[in-house]
Amino acid sequence: MRSRSDAAAELDAIEERAIEERAIEERAPPLLSLRGVTKVYGQGDAAVHALRGVDIEIEAGEFVSIQGTSGSGKSTMMNIIGCLDAATAGEYRMEGELVSELPPDVLAALRNSRIGFIFQGFNLLRRTSSAANVELPLIYAGVPRIERTRKAYAALAAVGLAGRERATSSELSGGQQQRVAIARALVNDPELILADEPTGNLDSRTSAEIMDILTALNRERGITIVMVTHDQEIADYADRHVFFHDGQIRSDTRDRDRVGVERRAPEERRA
Amino acid sequence: MNLITSLGLAVSALLRNRMRSLLTTLGVVIGVAAVIVMQAMGAGTTELVTAEISSFGSNMLVVVPGGDGGMFGGSLLSAPLFSDADLEAITRECDAVRYVSASGTRSVRVVKGEKSHSTTLSGVSPAYFAIREWSTDAGRALNEDDERQAAKRCVIGHTVATELFGGQDPLDQEFRLHDFTCTVVGVAEAKGTSAFGMDQDDLVFLPHSTFNRRILGDTKIGSIIISTVSAERTDEAIQQLQSLMRQRRRIRPGDEDDFRVRDMREVQEMLGNVTGVLTTLLAGVAAISLIVGGIGIMNIMLVSVTERTREIGVRMAVGARSRDILQQFLIEAMVLSSLGGLLGVLIGTGLSVVVSRALELPLMLPFKAMLIAFAFSLLVGVIFGVFPARKAARLRPIEALRYE
Repeated sequence: MRSRSDAAAELDAIEERAIEERAIEERAPPLLSLRGVTKVYGQGDAAVHALRGVDIEIEAGEFVSIQGTSGSGKSTMMNIIGCLDAATAGEYRMEGELVSELPPDVLAALRNSRIGFIFQGFNLLRRTSSAANVELPLIYAGVPRIERTRKAYAALAAVGLAGRERATSSELSGGQQQRVAIARALVNDPELILADEPTGNLDSRTSAEIMDILTALNRERGITIVMVTHDQEIADYADRHVFFHDGQIRSDTRDRDRVGVERRAPEERRA
Repeated sequence: MNLITSLGLAVSALLRNRMRSLLTTLGVVIGVAAVIVMQAMGAGTTELVTAEISSFGSNMLVVVPGGDGGMFGGSLLSAPLFSDADLEAITRECDAVRYVSASGTRSVRVVKGEKSHSTTLSGVSPAYFAIREWSTDAGRALNEDDERQAAKRCVIGHTVATELFGGQDPLDQEFRLHDFTCTVVGVAEAKGTSAFGMDQDDLVFLPHSTFNRRILGDTKIGSIIISTVSAERTDEAIQQLQSLMRQRRRIRPGDEDDFRVRDMREVQEMLGNVTGVLTTLLAGVAAISLIVGGIGIMNIMLVSVTERTREIGVRMAVGARSRDILQQFLIEAMVLSSLGGLLGVLIGTGLSVVVSRALELPLMLPFKAMLIAFAFSLLVGVIFGVFPARKAARLRPIEALRYE
């Protein structure tokens, strides 16, 4: 009897601790949190409502795809998350900190140290070596030259471009250029990578290579990835799928079978 | 971002457009080169003139009729000329004066057989050659006998000798001058071309008495040329001459002189002023071309900012702050303009060497002007770089990234 109640008490205690831990975990603010975010371009009759009240939370380590027709507001949301654009109304918090009120220089520093960008058109500097392109964020981080070179080479090696450090973008294939862009996004060890149609300019085989790299970054390094795409196959690489329609989130689903997703609390899911 | 990194970025950005960068700097290159060549020419001319003036004999003074009205102004026409008595009085009374010579000049045509030549005729006293420290390359200078006899003898310059006698020895040859025939007794030492482009060997010297009798038909003396005992006593000599001439010309105390004693330092100063004014004017023109060059840089920087809007967007996305972008474009403009300045200094120096050779001027490289021109070009870069750089820095990241 006694031993049984002891065991029960022990079990209770374990359960209690687990609840407590979960509570603490839940109290820790999410990596990204948008509350009632709206974005209006223009004024009066010409006003375009790109976002009409978006609420979303993205936890560290998630791999989120954002889909929607063009003009649905997905790119606008990416720009706001990336601190490239400011919301007209609503709150955008990063780890609980209100980003929407930070001055431009602080936003620049935030983009520099915590966010990596991958664009559809790669956006590499022309006639510039891949190493120099990758070094760019380090320059603005004030990293000394030798250290910059070392890190840039390491980042290029990580995306499988070792030996191509001196090549300029015109000497690289589309897939290689996008890998240089990924290396550039990676080089400052960001927590978040924002990819806007990362495979939009690539063929399916190269796209798969790029997606494998992004997936590995998410799985192995725990980097949170938010990716805009219109391609379902590409979106399938992600664990969570957000659909935008007319400036609002129409659906937000998670894959259950993926490792690392199961720990999410069910109530966070939306139908 | 530190300055060296910025500089590296700027240089590599400019190297990406080598031809354009070079052409952009052209305005500044020309401006700076022009400043340096102008200054070098000005300094060279001044140097040459100074050397030439001191070759007149640094102790030389000239007394001319007329008041204080500059070299060619004043009451030259109304003021009385001088006389032989004035010469004698100066010789007698002014102990700071060593030699005294009358001097008169006319333009004249000289003829020998078929050949004829237009030249400058000077009537001078024998002392003139001593005052000018001018000897003869052949024959002799004019002497007291020639002067006393009002002889029809003359000393000619090399140019006249060549024009009239060709390769022949001109000594003791005769030629027609004005309306009489005169004999060559000497050929004056060659002096070459003056700083003002005058052929100093294109002249004929007659005894002043002959000049007066045969050419002027008068006994007056146009100007008096004097050499002082020593350079130190020049001021004293001027004093003596002034008080003597005032007394002889009966000028009441308080009235202005109706003559002028001019010394070579004064001429030198005046020439210095003339070249100074010219140099300033030319430097002004050069400064304008520098500013035009700066506008050229601004223009290209504006084009560059527009062209590179996406690059600016990418840089901002990866963490460049406004001031990083500002710094980058400002430094690019400064690198462009200082590169132009540097090229301008090099080209200007080279041109100065070539031009001074061609014009036979002494080579005076204006190091101060080089420094100023270079600094000015850098300043031009800053001034004309600010506007495009601010334009770039004020772009909003998302707009810059979206720019097509």
